Amino acid sequence: MSQLLPPLGAVLPELVLAVSAIVLILIGAFRGEGSANLVTGLAIAVLAAAGVLVLLQPGTEVSAFNGSLVIDPFGRFMKVLVSIGALVSLIMSVDWQAREKQAKFEYAVLVVIATLGMFMLVSAGDLIALYLGLELMSLSLYVVAAINRDSVRSTEAGLKYFVLGALSSGMLLYGASLIYGFTGSVNFLQIAAVAKEPSIGLIFGLVFLVAGLCFKVSAVPFHMWTPDVYEGAPTPVTAFFASAPKVAGMAIFVRVLIEAFPHVSHQWQQIVAFVSLASMVLGAFAAIGQRNIKRLLAYSSIGHMGFALVGLAAGTAEGVRGVLVYMAIYLMMTLGTFACVLTMRRKGQAVETVDDLAGLARRNPLMALMLGALMFSLAGIPPLAGFLAKYYVFVAAIQAGLYGLSVVGVLASVVGAFYYLRIVKIMYFDEPVDAFDPMPTELKAVLAVSGLFTIFYFVYPAPLIEAASAAARSLF
Amino acid sequence: MTDWPILSVVTFLPLVGALFILVVRGDDEVSARNARWVALWTTLVTFLVSLLLLPGFDASAPGFQFVEKKAWLGDLASYHMGVDGISLPFVILTTFLMPFCILASWESVHKRVKEYMIAFLVLETMMLGTFTALDLVLFYFFFEGGLIPMFLIIGVWGGPRRIYAAFKFFLYTLAGSVLMMLAIMAMYWKAGTTDVPTLMQFGFPSGMQFWLWLAFFASFAVKMPMWPVHTWLPDAHVEAPTAGSVILAGVLLKMGGYGFLRFSLPMFPEASHYFAPLVFTLSVVAIIYTSLVALVQEDIKKLIAYSSIAHMGFVTMGIFAMNEQGLQGAMFLMISHGFVSAALFLCVGVIYDRLHTREIAAYGGLVKRMPLYATVLMVFTMANVGLPGTSGFIGEFLTMLAAFERNTWVAFFAATGVILSAAYALWLYWRVVFGPLEKEKLKSMMDLSPREIVIMVPLVILTILFGVWPAPILNMTSHAVNAVVARTDSVAGAVKTALLLSF
Repeated sequence: MSQLLPPLGAVLPELVLAVSAIVLILIGAFRGEGSANLVTGLAIAVLAAAGVLVLLQPGTEVSAFNGSLVIDPFGRFMKVLVSIGALVSLIMSVDWQAREKQAKFEYAVLVVIATLGMFMLVSAGDLIALYLGLELMSLSLYVVAAINRDSVRSTEAGLKYFVLGALSSGMLLYGASLIYGFTGSVNFLQIAAVAKEPSIGLIFGLVFLVAGLCFKVSAVPFHMWTPDVYEGAPTPVTAFFASAPKVAGMAIFVRVLIEAFPHVSHQWQQIVAFVSLASMVLGAFAAIGQRNIKRLLAYSSIGHMGFALVGLAAGTAEGVRGVLVYMAIYLMMTLGTFACVLTMRRKGQAVETVDDLAGLARRNPLMALMLGALMFSLAGIPPLAGFLAKYYVFVAAIQAGLYGLSVVGVLASVVGAFYYLRIVKIMYFDEPVDAFDPMPTELKAVLAVSGLFTIFYFVYPAPLIEAASAAARSLF
Repeated sequence: MTDWPILSVVTFLPLVGALFILVVRGDDEVSARNARWVALWTTLVTFLVSLLLLPGFDASAPGFQFVEKKAWLGDLASYHMGVDGISLPFVILTTFLMPFCILASWESVHKRVKEYMIAFLVLETMMLGTFTALDLVLFYFFFEGGLIPMFLIIGVWGGPRRIYAAFKFFLYTLAGSVLMMLAIMAMYWKAGTTDVPTLMQFGFPSGMQFWLWLAFFASFAVKMPMWPVHTWLPDAHVEAPTAGSVILAGVLLKMGGYGFLRFSLPMFPEASHYFAPLVFTLSVVAIIYTSLVALVQEDIKKLIAYSSIAHMGFVTMGIFAMNEQGLQGAMFLMISHGFVSAALFLCVGVIYDRLHTREIAAYGGLVKRMPLYATVLMVFTMANVGLPGTSGFIGEFLTMLAAFERNTWVAFFAATGVILSAAYALWLYWRVVFGPLEKEKLKSMMDLSPREIVIMVPLVILTILFGVWPAPILNMTSHAVNAVVARTDSVAGAVKTALLLSF
């Protein structure tokens, strides 16, 4: 008889998040409107603590709640990324809330709850835990998308996200029920043990499951919500959307396919390869016409998810390593880029078009240098970090013999380079317009860390690569 | 052998200078002056340190020298540097040309001097790394990394159509290179390493070689540039500032030829034999077509740019003749073209700084106001034509000799290119320097300033010196070149059989 209450030490970070979220709600509710700063500060501390607790966990694989949650190096790696994403985007929201007079304690609480959902998602060992984590994350995200409730754009974004998200959850759930029906289990490892042969029902379920997951990582053809939500949601919320949930979604995408369906990998590899190819191409071409920087970054993130999925399409340990490295570097680049987007304010008013960056190199050379490095890195030009990210996924794809996907992928990256270069061109070649308002200290810090990481990552790449290798091996 | 990592020092020294310029603060005037001097000293010191390679270099020793090897990307790639007779001349050429670039920009660059110097120093590191890297991934890092500073140099300090030119330059070269990246990965999985010396001995299966060769060719042909993917070069040259053109013609174009010599030939010898007719055809087309195009140019820089493409046609022809004369000639021509074309662009810069136009029609009769300039320009024009006694002759002659051995018709068409090159170059010289001095603006032109004389004199000396005494370069390259020839010869017989079987 297995224990009803397993060794709870394994899920300590999750427990900390859950309990803290409740405490933070109570603090907020009892102290009223003026408590936003306090709650946000505490939430930041809680997220940092959760991240540290994950780091301190032993490197062995433990399962809890009858295999519902799996604590392994892969999960730890992704959880660290998730908590960095959530933490940094929460830090970046502080100044914004103050300026827009949008100080609401609910935001910080919702971010903590969403992070809890992501932790569960990353660690999910069966379809039930997967769905629980996914919904906990998504429901919080729907609300934070519409957190600026007096703004039409923000509420529209929230509503759009909710309706489409609910649809995708439905598909995912339908897929999960089919899989359960045809394999008789919800546990990933038991599914893997049963699903040796591709049966039509299993494939059906797999397709629906993958469709639901594609929606969460905004891969083509389930990407339609992304540009609208990115543009409509308040900028710090967009930064949050672009970072932590993408990492968590990618983590479960990898885990469920690798752990539950290793024997039918040929079936899902085709799907993933197509989705990845379509995302890379659409991300590259659709971003060219965008003038709004948030929309542009939305298409850019669609493209980047495509590149990360190249690693998954390979379906090998090298491929998963590629995905992990890609997500880590993508997270760093995204946070830095959004630190710049958040700085784009004139006379207290946020500006969002690409042309507002004109001549930044003369108004604020350091910011332009950092943003320029980030853009080259997003385009995947060596020696910046983004190149190594792409290198690791494509090297896995070549090993797996996915030549067509690789060729199209790298050519898409050349097309994509065009619009990243255009931002550099606007910053460096164009005549300057008015300067931005001074950059808040915390944004400066985020941008500096992210930019320096991007520029100097190649000097000492070993630690991240080794951690990713270890994490990837734990899935196989 | 030295016990300090001399190659790394040479490669990264410019970066140190760039960092120094970055952190030094001050008002515009002071920081601009500082940036100029720091950049000049950095490039000079780098040149001097790179000269230290020469006494320690043993041209007759096989393999690579001054080798450094450290762990870097785990199993995927290592930090491996080294030079041999093929790469060392390029290293010296690069470090030699850089001080001229800085000097040439001394007065002509006014805006954002600090950033300009930083971009140039970063570019120097990237170029040097390209020639010294002995690991494919590391090579790719430097090879592609050089695009970033060059993009900024063309885009920020270039002419009126600079943005179009910068984008074209960047995207063209990037599109060529990404396929090479995939080929590098495929080689890694096949051979288990990206280490260049190992791969040079590794025999890839013939079927795979063709694809790998094509992927590398895509990258190097664009960089070279070969017809028909050369169209980015005239645009980039015309819009780039003088020093940018100098470095583009002097060093960046050589990366393609270096790539063929270092990677394509030794690593894919069978495919190289197989594709040699293709390269010959493209080379001959390039030589004749671009020479004809050069004849009708109205912009001096564009004319020289097209002549560069023609010269690179000789280089590819020589390389794929795959005999000793061809490779030696290609190496010599690249080095010679490195400083001759650089000097020509500097000469254009001299008159451009005075009159701010590059239209040939705007000039005429300069010899009357600028006798010194006319003399200098004549030396370089003659070298460009390939007149015996100048460095341009040796390379062109050797490559044609080599081509003659392989295919008479190729040599024949290439030789017509020489005549055409005489036509466009001499006609250009005549239109700019001779004729009546009628235009008002030209009548107040000053002859070379002391700074410009300092720039020109060493280049003139080298052009004539290597024209009459080519031994230093040929001796340096001969051993390494022969190793490549031996490698390609070893499979020549096998290729013929394979070809017979395949048809």
